[in-house]
Amino acid sequence: MGHALTTEQAAARTLFYQADEHDHEAGGSTLLGFWIYLMSDCLIFAVLFATYGVVGGNYAAGPGPKDLFDLSLVALNTSMLLLSSMTYGFAMLSSYRNKVAATQVWLVVTGLFGAAFLGIELYEFAHMIHEGATPQRSAFLSAFFTLVGTHGLHVTFGIVWLITLMVQIGKHGLNKANARRLACLSLFWHFLDVIWIGVFTFVYLMGMLR
Amino acid sequence: MSAHEHHHEEGLIHGDGPHGTLKDYLTGFILSVILTAIPFWLVMGDVAWSKQTIAFVIVAFAAVQMVVHMVYFLHMTPKSEDGWTLTSLVFTLILVVITLAGSLWVMYHMDSNMMPKHEVSQPL
Repeated sequence: MGHALTTEQAAARTLFYQADEHDHEAGGSTLLGFWIYLMSDCLIFAVLFATYGVVGGNYAAGPGPKDLFDLSLVALNTSMLLLSSMTYGFAMLSSYRNKVAATQVWLVVTGLFGAAFLGIELYEFAHMIHEGATPQRSAFLSAFFTLVGTHGLHVTFGIVWLITLMVQIGKHGLNKANARRLACLSLFWHFLDVIWIGVFTFVYLMGMLR
Repeated sequence: MSAHEHHHEEGLIHGDGPHGTLKDYLTGFILSVILTAIPFWLVMGDVAWSKQTIAFVIVAFAAVQMVVHMVYFLHMTPKSEDGWTLTSLVFTLILVVITLAGSLWVMYHMDSNMMPKHEVSQPL
């Protein structure tokens, strides 16, 4: 009924949760939270891949993958992104040893590889648009530019973040907050490389097989 | 994987998060180069396989390379963040598979059941 529990009864009850709020370290859950953000980003790319998979064959009597794609350029682009992934790893290794200068140098190298990737991609886009293969030409091209462009946009923001972080590290050194940011950007950067594996396999290589 | 190798060394400011080693990054890089070069060669070189076989092989290589990146670059282990990274990854993968397979399956059949194409031709 509605009787209040006596102290003995209350003490005899088993608690299935921690009665006291324990301390949370600042930023202790940031990496997991960032990982979950990346998973939601993964869903965005899944939808874009699905769209490309559905309409990727609708050329509307326009140019198809074989007319447009230059695989040697894509191979070069892929190697740029892969090299940038490795150099970012070297930046992380330098940061573990608290070597600020080495971390900054590896971040610069990573940024340059990322910029080279973007430059090659923009060159490819410009070339395609110049040939009349614009996003509004066919469903295939709309889906192509949306998927590959979204990935390129992510790389662009990754580079903006990288530069911002380098300024932060230059000002405050490798303190705990900057180390955490470095780890988050590391996840972001390597994640973009994983997405690119899907892009070059399903869009470029499979496109050439059609 | 030596995730916590550097954990308790002196003067380190990194507390949490799995750490990679130089060996991890180099192994990942070399494996990725191999796993990227072979698919490109299969498509760019004149390989006398059927298109289906090549497509199957390059998709398999992509899947393996994604795992390589997860392990050697993202340092994922079943234990990282008490297993929550892996749990959220598996959940995401289920959604990705449903999205991709569902879209392709449904839209393929929608397409086949539509009016026959190019039958209503107009004189130019």
